[in-house]
Amino acid sequence: MRLNPRISQKIAKTVIWFAAIVVLVLLFSIIIYILSKGIPNITWQFLTEIPSDMGRSGGILSCIVGTLSVTLVATVVATPLGVGTAFYLTEYTHESIVTKIIRFSAESLAGIPSIVYGLFGFIFFVIYLKLGWSILSGGLTLAMMILPTIIRTSEEAIHTVHPMYREVSFSLGGTKWQTMIKILIPSALPGIATGIILGIGRCVAETAAVILTAGSALQMPVSIFSPARTMAVHFYILARESISLEKAFATAALLIILILIINIGANILVNRFVAKSH
Amino acid sequence: MKLKKFGERIPQSLFFLIALSALSALALITIFIFIEGVPLIAKVGFFNFIFGMKWAPSLGQYGIFPMIVGTVLVTVGAVIIGVPIALCCSIFLAEFAPRQLSMLVRPAIQLLAGIPSVVYGFWGLIFIVPAIRNYLGGPGLSILAGSIILAIMILPTVISISEVSILALPPLLKEGAFALGATHWQTIRSVLLPAAKSGILASIILGIGRAVGETMAVIMVLGNAVALPSSILDPARTLTTNIGIEMGYASGEHQQALFATGIVLLVIIMILNASAQYAIRRK
Amino acid sequence: MTDQSKISVKNLNFYYSKHQVIKNLSLEVKANEILSVFGPANSGTTTLLRTMNRMWDIIPGARMEGEVLLDGNNIYASNASTIELRRKVGIVFEIPTPLPMSIFDNVAYGPRLSGIKNKVALEEIVEKSLRMAVIWDEVKDRLHSIGSRLSGGQQQRLCIARVLALEPEVILLDRPCSGLDPVSTAKIEESLRQLKEQFTIIIVPHNVQQAGRVADRAVFLLMGDLIEEGPTAVMFANPKDKRTSDYITGRFG
Repeated sequence: MRLNPRISQKIAKTVIWFAAIVVLVLLFSIIIYILSKGIPNITWQFLTEIPSDMGRSGGILSCIVGTLSVTLVATVVATPLGVGTAFYLTEYTHESIVTKIIRFSAESLAGIPSIVYGLFGFIFFVIYLKLGWSILSGGLTLAMMILPTIIRTSEEAIHTVHPMYREVSFSLGGTKWQTMIKILIPSALPGIATGIILGIGRCVAETAAVILTAGSALQMPVSIFSPARTMAVHFYILARESISLEKAFATAALLIILILIINIGANILVNRFVAKSH
Repeated sequence: MKLKKFGERIPQSLFFLIALSALSALALITIFIFIEGVPLIAKVGFFNFIFGMKWAPSLGQYGIFPMIVGTVLVTVGAVIIGVPIALCCSIFLAEFAPRQLSMLVRPAIQLLAGIPSVVYGFWGLIFIVPAIRNYLGGPGLSILAGSIILAIMILPTVISISEVSILALPPLLKEGAFALGATHWQTIRSVLLPAAKSGILASIILGIGRAVGETMAVIMVLGNAVALPSSILDPARTLTTNIGIEMGYASGEHQQALFATGIVLLVIIMILNASAQYAIRRK
Repeated sequence: MTDQSKISVKNLNFYYSKHQVIKNLSLEVKANEILSVFGPANSGTTTLLRTMNRMWDIIPGARMEGEVLLDGNNIYASNASTIELRRKVGIVFEIPTPLPMSIFDNVAYGPRLSGIKNKVALEEIVEKSLRMAVIWDEVKDRLHSIGSRLSGGQQQRLCIARVLALEPEVILLDRPCSGLDPVSTAKIEESLRQLKEQFTIIIVPHNVQQAGRVADRAVFLLMGDLIEEGPTAVMFANPKDKRTSDYITGRFG
């Protein structure tokens, strides 16, 4: 028996709305749960002290520093490579087998599991290049991980620049380089920045790749050759080894707040970019 | 003569070199994982490694078949639970959601993708695992728990890519169906979804890739037993969690065996990626 | 002043992939004249214009045979600089496209590229260029507001000022008034007549009437062939070729 189209329409619509509501409720329940359990435990001391007794007491200052420094290294390395690749693909070449290979590589990199990045970073940076467990090893591994994100978003951003701008700049005696510096980069900047911010978000949230490359030392790192424990790694260890639920919640809440800020920042940039390009 | 700016002398070849970074990264990763892992597979034997039932590094036994089964079961579970919800959600965003609401839902789903995987694992450990233990029995740490967590984690991938492929359809398709007197749902089911088929397929494949590759969240809820599971309420181990758990202390041959596990993982992911890209291009 | 042409086009053939859009065309342009190159759509007028400052280099599949000389020098010679050429031969496009920056920065864009950094010098160039393009009075109080806020006609005059700021020798205009109202068009044509004193101007008009109004000499192209050339007044009063008279009188096109 076939259902009456009007009834099937009603059922489908209900199911679809229900699914969307389930997803939203799920998301907000996770976030609100972590925040409500964690925020009360975020104290001034928590933010400014180094962990002691394996993280049972003290704060997470060294982990905050670890997260920031690993992320900084990754961003500083991946940004020029990613943006440069995007400019090569859009401005310096025509579609060819070479661009296909480059795009295929970037898309494949995007799919590689973070644990495999961790394995690679461990054997290549930590062992082979003798960088040891360090901020540098962790940052370089993460740089490879966020490279595809930056390439893709930058390429999209450059594509949205009005094609006549290039022509006008060339017609006024501008060279390719001048056109890039004065027209393309400023116009595509919010889009490029969005890609970088998304990359930063991934670095902050990453655990598997960092734990194998930056290590899990609790001491305050003193240089990029020091090992470091990031907040995500710290949270993982606290929670998995049941060291301190209280501190685990506080760390998770801080991570979520950071991710929220990063996401809101990216969205503001996207909206500004969309408003500008119309 | 005007002085030429420095940038003009940066040749095209420098940009080309930069553009090779993605390819070199991919090549380096593949080469180093293989160099580390292949000797062990050669020593144990390819067949024994893939289909061996026993993983006991201290005894020199390296069979990863239980982990392959674990990976497949957890992933299939995640797809069964996650994909229908994700597809409904993408149809919701593309077709039903009022503009204001979709402006709220889209960033929310983006946020879902940004939450650290360890947080999902932790949340699962607190809510999902005890619930399974209390209502369905078993230890709670189980394939089912892993599937539920992964189902949530693949939502953003599947939702955003299928939504984009539905939105990318020419509006005439929809108008044509409406003009023939179809209801909104009939239009979606018999016109839009078939037309967006390849994009939706790609989104599911990429979601599978994400599920296969996820480590930390799964470690926390899967129980990590190396035995072959007999039900979805049993604990299990996946390829990723095998690496994640043991890399911390492995050395020598044992470490090589973990890289060999990485090779299997990498090959699976490459096949999934290539098929997703093929599905997207086929349009 | 010698008799030498400002621009000579010799035996020009132009192709987009296999499709030939200009067929064995030769043409002389004298200094300080306004030459109009007109014809129906797809006659090769825009392409001819673009060969004069190499603004087709980046189009994939485009190919050119023949020579274009500026003051007797082949602009396609292997040692010729495209950048220098484009500073001497400026172009105004059909769609007014202010760059995404202020009015001042738009006009100063070219001079800055060529290395002028001095603020006073730039201000002078900007004012002079805007005056020559007959738009100074309308924008002098908002030089630092964004260029795309202007009306279409003002935007196009801004684009003319932007080219003038390069202090070029030749100005190419590709249907500069096609999207504009009659008042804006009249203003632009007025400024062209003044600019003629200092520059050589080649214009692809958006209609026959404009060709008749502004140009000293006219060239009629049809499907890539040069059909007729001569002083505008003569050609419009008494066309030699039947196809020219058909087009001018509006029988086709």
